[in-house]
Amino acid sequence: MELQSTTHGTYKSVTVNAERIDASVAIQFKDAMRAEADGGPGHIVLDLGRVKFIDSSGLGAIVAAMKHMGKDRRLDLAALTPDVEKVFHLTRMDTVFTILPKLPEPANREAG
Amino acid sequence: MSHSGYTHEFTMSAQANDGEVRALLCNLRRQLADHGVAEPTCASAELVLAEALNNVTEHAYAGLPEGPVELRTEIGAAMLRFTLSDHGNALPGNRLPAGNQQDMNVAVEDLPEGGFGWLIIHAITSSIRYDRKNDENCLVMTIPNALNG
Repeated sequence: MELQSTTHGTYKSVTVNAERIDASVAIQFKDAMRAEADGGPGHIVLDLGRVKFIDSSGLGAIVAAMKHMGKDRRLDLAALTPDVEKVFHLTRMDTVFTILPKLPEPANREAG
Repeated sequence: MSHSGYTHEFTMSAQANDGEVRALLCNLRRQLADHGVAEPTCASAELVLAEALNNVTEHAYAGLPEGPVELRTEIGAAMLRFTLSDHGNALPGNRLPAGNQQDMNVAVEDLPEGGFGWLIIHAITSSIRYDRKNDENCLVMTIPNALNG
């Protein structure tokens, strides 16, 4: 499970470089997210734009990542593909997470 | 014979482990698409079968040697029907779990990390039936075959 992270001013984006977050990778994903969160900034945006399939184990792993960050830090989601969005909607997890259409523009972006 | 309206069928099998389940799901999706099933219906089918197969892997064969699962898929103009069988333990109480919506209006640390599988299965299927006989679990699920999404 490959995650690619970039720090943008006030937040860190974490892009999932995989098409599936399913039962066979849920634990790896959870561990990798834990590593991204530990020592990271107070705001992480998880970019799911490349993920085409998620099941309830993947969903549970994302919830676990959010819980790991605790009350004082934030995990938002971005760029959900239609099938992934559907799983969040069916389980009402779309009411728990802030879901952004795409990664936010960093406040202090470089000129150009 | 029957007037079920199913015109095509195929059967696939796998060992109940995460790797083989993933391969079976990808194969199922390809075969449904090859039979002209619309993309959103293929996605619903894959999700419902993923949840049902994960239950077999995690619960039915819990405490038992890894065993086989067999999936029969029937395709009709109006419906898709999936028959999933395994030789694992019976569902608790020999009945389908309800899959109730969980309370999301709780503190972050109390959010549920699991228990969504049956909720997803009930939400997507039009009908679902569970039978336990001869030490075999048999789950029959139908979903609408929406032609153009």
